[in-house]
Amino acid sequence: MSDLLVRGPSEPEPTEDQERRLLEVTIGRSRRVRNRLATVWMYASFVAVVIPLGFIVGYVVAKGLSVLSVDWFTKPLAIISSQPGGGMAPAIVGTLVITFWAAAMAVPLGVLGAVYLHEYGGKGRLARLIRFMSDVMTGVPSIVMGLFIYTIWTLRFGLSGFAGSLALGCLMLPIVIRSTEEMLRLVPDDLRMASYALGNRKWRTIITVVLPAALGGIVSGVMLAVARAAGETAPLLFLIGASRTVNWDAFTGPNSALSLQIFTNATTPFAAAQNRAWGAALTLVGLVFILTIIARVVAARFSLKHQ
Amino acid sequence: MTPPTLVDETPSPSPTDPERLKGLTSGGRGGRGDVVFRWVALLAGLFVLAILALIAYTTTHEAWPAFKLAGVKFVVGTTWDPVHNEYGALALIYGTILTSVIALILAVPVSIGIALFVNEAAPRRLRRPVVTVLDLLAAVPSVVYGLWGILVFAPWIQPLYQDVADACKGIPVLDSIFGGTASGPSYMTAGIILAIMIIPIVTSLSREVIATVPASQREAAYGMGATRWEMIRHAVLPWSRGGVVGAIMLGLGRAMGETIAVALVVGSAIQITSHVFLPGYSIAAIIANTFGSAEDVGRSALIGLGVVLFVMTILVNVAARSIVTRFDRRAQGA
Amino acid sequence: MTPDQTTAAQPTVDAPVTVTPAERVIEPTPSAEPAPVVFDVRDLNVYYGAFRAIRDANLQIHRNEVTAFIGPSGCGKSTMLRCFDRMNDLIEGARVEGSIRYHGVDLYGDKIDPVEVRKRIGMVFQKPNPFPKSIYDNIAFGPRLAGIKGDMHEIVERALRQAALWDEVKDRLKKSAIGLSGGQQQRLCIARAIAVAPEVILMDEPCSALDPIATARVEDLMQELKSRYTIVIVTHNMQQAARVSDRTAFFTTEVNETSDTRTGVLVEYDVTDKMFSNPTDERTENYVTGRFG
Repeated sequence: MSDLLVRGPSEPEPTEDQERRLLEVTIGRSRRVRNRLATVWMYASFVAVVIPLGFIVGYVVAKGLSVLSVDWFTKPLAIISSQPGGGMAPAIVGTLVITFWAAAMAVPLGVLGAVYLHEYGGKGRLARLIRFMSDVMTGVPSIVMGLFIYTIWTLRFGLSGFAGSLALGCLMLPIVIRSTEEMLRLVPDDLRMASYALGNRKWRTIITVVLPAALGGIVSGVMLAVARAAGETAPLLFLIGASRTVNWDAFTGPNSALSLQIFTNATTPFAAAQNRAWGAALTLVGLVFILTIIARVVAARFSLKHQ
Repeated sequence: MTPPTLVDETPSPSPTDPERLKGLTSGGRGGRGDVVFRWVALLAGLFVLAILALIAYTTTHEAWPAFKLAGVKFVVGTTWDPVHNEYGALALIYGTILTSVIALILAVPVSIGIALFVNEAAPRRLRRPVVTVLDLLAAVPSVVYGLWGILVFAPWIQPLYQDVADACKGIPVLDSIFGGTASGPSYMTAGIILAIMIIPIVTSLSREVIATVPASQREAAYGMGATRWEMIRHAVLPWSRGGVVGAIMLGLGRAMGETIAVALVVGSAIQITSHVFLPGYSIAAIIANTFGSAEDVGRSALIGLGVVLFVMTILVNVAARSIVTRFDRRAQGA
Repeated sequence: MTPDQTTAAQPTVDAPVTVTPAERVIEPTPSAEPAPVVFDVRDLNVYYGAFRAIRDANLQIHRNEVTAFIGPSGCGKSTMLRCFDRMNDLIEGARVEGSIRYHGVDLYGDKIDPVEVRKRIGMVFQKPNPFPKSIYDNIAFGPRLAGIKGDMHEIVERALRQAALWDEVKDRLKKSAIGLSGGQQQRLCIARAIAVAPEVILMDEPCSALDPIATARVEDLMQELKSRYTIVIVTHNMQQAARVSDRTAFFTTEVNETSDTRTGVLVEYDVTDKMFSNPTDERTENYVTGRFG
């Protein structure tokens, strides 16, 4: 019944009976029912998302664990997909390498772009245009980004991990810009004024005062963007080809990725392949979850509000 | 309070010390750093514009052969047959829209419910876990959703679909939507998986919006003796309506562009049908599934499909952003 | 001191004034030789866009003195202060006519680099604004930037001692400066400004955000510091000006009938004792005796 009554802090707790009688007198039955239904709806909604999450994570863990082993992390990809055996080392390395280069391109560009938007552009027309386009860019479907890189890069330079990095970097860029700009906005102007008053130039103020102050939030935003990129499949479909063996060089030759492995193995009718898909899913989800959790922890610990 | 004794007694510099005044006019040397830095930052920002422009130009350019071949039929024709060079994308556009609409119908009540739950109804202790659950849901890669969808969910739910289909047999409207032979991988399954995927984003945006409702509005409602639901209906929802609509449209944009999960569970059948339990296709899914083996005009056609999808998602996103900013401005000005 | 000056609250009612020609400020002749001039302000007009914030100001700031700017709100005293270190430049549309000479050099001359100006003229703000770094790094920030040679530990200790903060923080130099109390943070900001060895320290209502005890400590500090530095403070608290300053400048606003805006104007500038006991201008007397309301 507590969802109906808004009680003052010092009023004594009424008994069940008192409550019921009070409500019967003051609030009509249909209103009570509707209120109760609404509460049910709200709780049910929450349950409605916990259940699928539970099932998905549960299945991934249950089915994936059975495939994991030392071999899993070290051996090259299986040659015969219908038989168990082989490992995921090429895919793990591929995911790490491709995501790394994507971040290496998107993070400096994104942070600098956000610096321009907040510290120099402000409300000017160019800044507003860039912000708007950046938002539009977050909506570009990942497959379209893949097609784009296919046209301008792969057709010319062939399949490589780097092509995948380009596509993932383009996907990450607007996210990094947006979240970094949010963080810069949170840095109080007082701090910039204090720095200028000490005889500091604007660019050095940005580097020595503003960015360090916003660093926690920026790092957190970047990690979330990286986690997203690591899980992407669509752009990699026709950009990186397929490599059976570990390839640390993102710039030469085809490569592999966990997300791709999940996709191809999921559509292969053999049980062994499907098990591999679950194992790759567990590995990928593990990686993504770790990044996400670290990001949240960094954000909480270094948040400007807490300092 | 007696002032503390100072440790060092170095005399202050004399006012006519030439060192003091020298360097006041160093002017340009230091200022150059500012100019350089500003240009570097500006270039970085311009990258966004450059990339978007490039995307628009190159994809349209590559798709041109297919556009030329099919003409207007590219968008309105219903036959998509690469073997015979027939490229009518209507079925795919239909599929994209249908799966997204199903996703919205399922996701919106749940998202708003959770948003209200977190902001209004949940005990304080539950807030953090709920937000964590949503974050984790958002973090799961779409390919994993697809994997679970095709290997676990689709086979499991197929009998349920069939029961519903049988129950609806003969009933006029329901039969055409839910009737017929039910397939696990279908429009409906894609819609359900999409719904789960877009719930986190619609919820988090709605939450932000609902949180901006001023306490005065809520208090006014309670003060008149409203129940919590009535307070929500009359104070919270009207106030946040614009922002929530914006959030929903952003979810729509995301659903339309989602590729891999849909590619795995939608059934890969090109057909325009009202029966949601039948297999279908979407633009992103067909590109994902068939691009590898396509060549020449077929490839151009798929890229052309990408252009169509690009345009659709841009329109939805632009509309969504303008609704959200209009709402923001109103909320702040109020 | 007139007895009316014990009122605690400072009402900010502006007596309506008609436009009069600028007062020629009276430079008093104290018994000792006047201290050398650091800033010489002549016919200063400050504009924000079309709006004139200060009209025809003339005054001189002397070495090793505390000069206070007082007056009702909106009279341009903070604007005046920010002209001395060119912090006004950071505001859109800010423009200066007339001249401010620093040891004879026109601060707004073509070749003058505002950043260099600010290295010699420090500023402390109304709300303490330490960087979210350690206490040590806050103080060392300025010297590191300026490439000042020397033992950084010594520089930091010296600055903190001069700001009367050393004993309180010497054991936790590496801790975050944000953890200090408001009064400590403000003294930290003073130490931070001192660390780059400026000649002048400008303080814009440095005690408004502090409690009375912290305020008293900062006021004591000003007396200590003036033997090494030249201090100019803006304050809306008349008693504070009477307590700490050697000279006081009183600003007020005048209404421009045509544009219905208010422009700040320097009314009177004199040795503090005279300003408060026997002011020349009637407006000054009205303000310092609280007769405004």
